[in-house]
Amino acid sequence: MIATESLSKRFPRVTALDRLTMDIGPGVTGLVGANGAGKSTMIKILLGLSPATEGRAEVLGLDVATKGGAIRERVGYMPEHDCLPPDVSATEFVVHMARMSGLPPAAARERTADTLRHVGLYEERYRPIGGYSTGMKQRVKLAQALVHDPQLVFLDEPTNGLDPVGRDEMLGLIRRIYTDFGISVLVTSHLLGELERTCDHVVVIDGGKLLRSSSTTDFTQTTTTLAIEVTDTDDHPDGTRAVRDALHARGVDVLDSGGGLPGAGHILLLTAQSDDTYDLVRDVVADLGLGLVRMEQRRHHISEVFTDEKSEDTEAQRKEAVGHGS
Amino acid sequence: MAVEHPVATPPGDQTRIHNIGYRTYDGPRLGRSYATRSLYSQSLRGAYGLGRSVKSKVLPMLLFVVMCVPAAIMVAVAVATKANDLPVDYTRYAIIMQAVISLYVASQAPQSVSRDLRFKTVPLYFSRPIETADYVRAKFAALASALFILTAAPLLVLYVGALLAKLDFADQTKGFAQGLVSVTLLSLLFAGIGLVIASVTPRRGFGIAAVIAVMTISYGAVSTLQAIADAQAIDGGGSSGAIPWIGLFSPVTLIDGVQSAFLGATSAFPGGVGPSNGEGAVYVLVVLGLIAASYGLLMRRYRKVGL
Repeated sequence: MIATESLSKRFPRVTALDRLTMDIGPGVTGLVGANGAGKSTMIKILLGLSPATEGRAEVLGLDVATKGGAIRERVGYMPEHDCLPPDVSATEFVVHMARMSGLPPAAARERTADTLRHVGLYEERYRPIGGYSTGMKQRVKLAQALVHDPQLVFLDEPTNGLDPVGRDEMLGLIRRIYTDFGISVLVTSHLLGELERTCDHVVVIDGGKLLRSSSTTDFTQTTTTLAIEVTDTDDHPDGTRAVRDALHARGVDVLDSGGGLPGAGHILLLTAQSDDTYDLVRDVVADLGLGLVRMEQRRHHISEVFTDEKSEDTEAQRKEAVGHGS
Repeated sequence: MAVEHPVATPPGDQTRIHNIGYRTYDGPRLGRSYATRSLYSQSLRGAYGLGRSVKSKVLPMLLFVVMCVPAAIMVAVAVATKANDLPVDYTRYAIIMQAVISLYVASQAPQSVSRDLRFKTVPLYFSRPIETADYVRAKFAALASALFILTAAPLLVLYVGALLAKLDFADQTKGFAQGLVSVTLLSLLFAGIGLVIASVTPRRGFGIAAVIAVMTISYGAVSTLQAIADAQAIDGGGSSGAIPWIGLFSPVTLIDGVQSAFLGATSAFPGGVGPSNGEGAVYVLVVLGLIAASYGLLMRRYRKVGL
């Protein structure tokens, strides 16, 4: 899908990309890097909008330096920032964008209705975008990137500004773009954790250099950490302790409560070996008659990849990521 | 209907949603020139508020009516009084109505380009097949066309009215044609100036104020200076040779100069002294130069905006 060969981009004072060579196949690929790592520069070059200083890149087998127009016809792009005019409806806006991608008027309208439905916008699509929530705006942005049925989409920080539920929905949607729609995805984020769960392949860049490129199974051979929070009842005045003991009795090690976070004493962290762990937790909590307030995967931060490579004695700082090293 | 159904069905089965799933698109992709044309027609419609909210239709439509009503009245008077000429020349009409035209440019140039900048929609365009030049051309052509509609419509009213009043056909057709050439130049010039000013700021309010300022202040200043020069020429018995040169510094007087030199118009300059043919050539060059310069500046501006 995407291939780069010692791709470099130098600005007068900064080197945004430094001899980057990578090969990305079909599927969902995460491009991870801290702010300023060169993610956006990379997308600009791949869209053929900014010439590389050195090296070459191909998207869908087309050279970015000479076939920019052809690439942009087959590729979708969802920018990181707001890009929606508030005074038009989602339908009008996406129809216009579909025509800008070269779709004839009738096809543009049909594809718009389809695409907005797929990203989860229904009746509200006839209302002006100005009144939408952040989550709905992100969906419209995604819809305009998909409306012309591209072979590949670039999603720049699609989960930015979303609450945890919105994030999970967006990640699910991204997964579906490939599995259901058959469109390959290059998604950028500075959160490795959320990409781990969504992507087939993760590329980590830092300071314009390729830090790591591997399939997500390599990342997740270290298993996921689960966070659990339960209610207290009259029978079990300390529900957290009760669950901990019950899980311990079944041979599951509860690692710790969640560090210095607010309400930390009520959060249990444990390692999920497989899907059975989820069922076990559910059964244990139900048996005790407690309410399960939350059961979620702890998000790892990109910095863990860096600390992983650099030193091992940062154990204390990585309390959050206990599951990572075990 | 499910009440008598023999088999107990879970409630979900009764209200099945037929998910037809994702459909791929195998139809034609019409590419860059089609996309440019789509942007042109969308911008042109937008310049009259079509495809936008009711609120944004009010001003452009109102200005359009204001442009046409005087023409209709003139025609009515001409027909009623059986006059043998229209009260106003075709070429003169736009000059008389220049305030309305300036107001239109001031309101619509920013809505055309500042919105895209303010809401950062520009990157969405440039991540599609069109190039910077296509975007600039489409926006420029759209505003110029909108202005042409605004300025040519009253001329058409005058022309049709003149024919109804059975005025001399050849004479009227010539005047109408000259008027059309003049408003074409005016549309291109005003569109260029308006877009360049509007494309600098993402704030619509600033854009409107800046365009009004440039259009009316320059016209006011030029007219005042010309009046002073004219008064001095009469008082001191000197020549009024400075008047045409002063006229080079405002869009309205530029058009006035071009048409009085080459399109048989009577000049609105004080004393009725239009530029001579030689000076007129300078006027034409300046007008064309300004149009080209606005195009160039827009290109430079948008090359920077990019993604």
